[in-house]
Amino acid sequence: MNKSIGLISLSALALVLMLGSCKPKNTANAVSGDAASKVYVAPGKYDELYNFVSGGFSGQMSVYGLPSGRLLRVIPIFSVDPEKGWGYSEETKPMLNTSHGFVPWDDLHHVQLSKTNGEQDGRWVFGNANNTPRVARIDLKTFRTAEIIELPNSAGNHSSPFITENTEYVVAGTRFSVPPDDANGDVAISSYKKNFKGTLSFISVGKEDGKMDIAFQIQCPGVNFDLSRAGKGKSHGWFFFSCYNTEQANTLLEVNASQKDKDFVMAVNWKKAEEYIKAGKGKKQAVRYAHNTYSDITHTATSEIKTEVTVLDSKEFADICYFIPCPKSPHGCDVDPTGEYIVGSGKLAALIPVFSFDKIQKAIADKAYDGDYQGIPVIKYEAALYGEVKKPGLGPLHTEFDAKGNAYTSMFVSSEIVKWSIKDLKVLDRVPTYYSVGHLCVPGGDTKTPYGKYLIAYNKITKDRYLPTGPELAQSAQLYDISGDKMQMILDFPTIGEPHYAQAAPADLIRNNGQLKIFKIEDNKHPYVTKGEADSKVVREGNKVHIYMTSIRSHFSPDNIEGVKMGDEVYFHITNLEQDWDVPHGFAVKGASNAELLIMPGETSTLKWTPDKVGMFPIYCTDFCSALHQEMQGYVRVSPAGSTVPLTFSLNKAVPEDK
Amino acid sequence: MRKSISFTIILGVTLLYACGGNTSTAAATTENSNPSTYDPNRGEGKFTPENVTVGAALDVTMATTGEAIAGTKCTSCHKLTGEKLVGPGWKAVTERRKPEWIMNFITNPDPMIDKDPAVQAALELCLVRMPNQSLSDVDARNVLEFMRKNDGVK
Repeated sequence: MNKSIGLISLSALALVLMLGSCKPKNTANAVSGDAASKVYVAPGKYDELYNFVSGGFSGQMSVYGLPSGRLLRVIPIFSVDPEKGWGYSEETKPMLNTSHGFVPWDDLHHVQLSKTNGEQDGRWVFGNANNTPRVARIDLKTFRTAEIIELPNSAGNHSSPFITENTEYVVAGTRFSVPPDDANGDVAISSYKKNFKGTLSFISVGKEDGKMDIAFQIQCPGVNFDLSRAGKGKSHGWFFFSCYNTEQANTLLEVNASQKDKDFVMAVNWKKAEEYIKAGKGKKQAVRYAHNTYSDITHTATSEIKTEVTVLDSKEFADICYFIPCPKSPHGCDVDPTGEYIVGSGKLAALIPVFSFDKIQKAIADKAYDGDYQGIPVIKYEAALYGEVKKPGLGPLHTEFDAKGNAYTSMFVSSEIVKWSIKDLKVLDRVPTYYSVGHLCVPGGDTKTPYGKYLIAYNKITKDRYLPTGPELAQSAQLYDISGDKMQMILDFPTIGEPHYAQAAPADLIRNNGQLKIFKIEDNKHPYVTKGEADSKVVREGNKVHIYMTSIRSHFSPDNIEGVKMGDEVYFHITNLEQDWDVPHGFAVKGASNAELLIMPGETSTLKWTPDKVGMFPIYCTDFCSALHQEMQGYVRVSPAGSTVPLTFSLNKAVPEDK
Repeated sequence: MRKSISFTIILGVTLLYACGGNTSTAAATTENSNPSTYDPNRGEGKFTPENVTVGAALDVTMATTGEAIAGTKCTSCHKLTGEKLVGPGWKAVTERRKPEWIMNFITNPDPMIDKDPAVQAALELCLVRMPNQSLSDVDARNVLEFMRKNDGVK
């Protein structure tokens, strides 16, 4: 009897499954039986790859392990992060300084791992700020933001932070063209064609220390620069930028910037531009931009406002910039591992054009031009074209590559990934994504030697893929196995913010790069460091009270402070005396209008606190540190202004009880 | 009938598999806590009676250096008297412990906390595992000299 019920329910289940499979693009028909074993990473085992994923409007970058899709860390970059004290501690506030002052948020779209000889070197990862134009460099020994540089003459830093094959330059092409910063920007919007310019910034990166500096800018016609990629191998020395709105519309771009059949990919000979700069041909322009750096020795950021950039005007130099017609409103502009093929992805095009670097060079030598666009030569489409991928799908956006001569293009409108052969431009395979894929990532997919094996799709819509969570749903990525002829979906995993571009690198390349486990307390040069409890103290300077405090499992020194008065500004300078991996201490004070501190071993961080009322204010450690973590606490007594309570501090001091 | 057979087989395989897992875990545990390889006099680490030599007289320079290092890395938790703070007081530690044991414990605390019966007993009282404070070998030797000074070696 029981058995027959079981049989009936089994049949019912089968029926449900069959019904389910009739529905197109259902999970069931896209995942095959061995998917789980391909993504399962056993507890305690490491993932094969790190995946650095842009956080979009979160302003941060997330780090996932692949193939498991486990979230390992969220690196705060352009947005404040109260959890880590980023932008709240006195030391990190300067990192978010700009020419507009302190900016607590941004929109990070693209990431780039540093390269040497066209291959990943595991040293840094770069990210762009889309809104208030900036580029950040993250140190992969600490997984922390080491440097942020602002970009003058720019707005909507979208075409960024793409890098050259030895990380000589990080580029930043402006999405919004705007009047240059030294011009009067108070002009009619309708004067777009006359007054608005597009600027490409070339940020040099120090070979050893990674320090960024705006080496030069190229002023270009006022179009929208969208994405870019550096040449590599034979095309090293060149950069390729996709441009849309060559109509130069300033309103309803949806329609007005979609008029022409072809916009452009702009090829830039940056080696030549470099020569002109060295020869002193650039013009100095007065601007203001912030350059912020974080020191792991002083544990403090400094922000410097710089006032000059060197600019080359593209139309004054005949051999720097060339336009290549590209159908239609191109978005992605991707260079294959050999450096010979440049793939343009016209959002509104029904084909994918593939340009040949050799043919571009020949066209330039032969002057195979179709006139010029605002003083810049336009190469004849056919003279630059290697060929077209016909009917790839709808809404091509981005292309990545494997090591076997295949390209993978995301199709936003038709929600699929299309695999095609670079050599003969034939479509080889297509798989659905759920839904509306934007960027995609093949590990090492923009290097000379792609790692391949996996492909990750970063989707714009998730709809029914996860348990519902109200109006706002999980953002998501999907992992595909691309080791065989057919792509196979093996995992969905949710992401933070909105994922745009991402890159992935073999885990060993990064985890063996000299990962920092602690900051050596001996090397700590913070001006308010306390190297041992004997040095802990409280010092009054006028209405500023500096508390030199230490933390170790599981107490603060001092933990009782009296004599703080209304009107005081209190600075808790906490030094974590621990010298062991994975032992941060946290710090919080009741009523503070900012955030907590999260202090790594050997580090000093400062929380500024302005008491708002008289009374007793508890402090405590926020990061569970030991069995006696809950005992890691103390008190700060706040007295009225003008009180005669002396400033005292203590730890474990036997004082007679005050009745 | 056929169903119950296959069920039995599956159950059997599952059990076998589970047993395999348990066996290997048990083996690993045994290996880690094998009392025959842990020497409670020496502790565990790179230091031995042969490579830690202690003079009859105090090396004042080393002791002074050791005191400064201890001030940053040790005395938040250890008093110089016999009184327990977070960890036990340091008074007479050099009489209770061999020099190599102290050096090993400073530089390699985690395995010793897991294995040394005396340390495990202390952990029950203190409840905080002594952290690895990343002292170099030279640092640890200097701290040892400071401990000797604290214990009255002239």
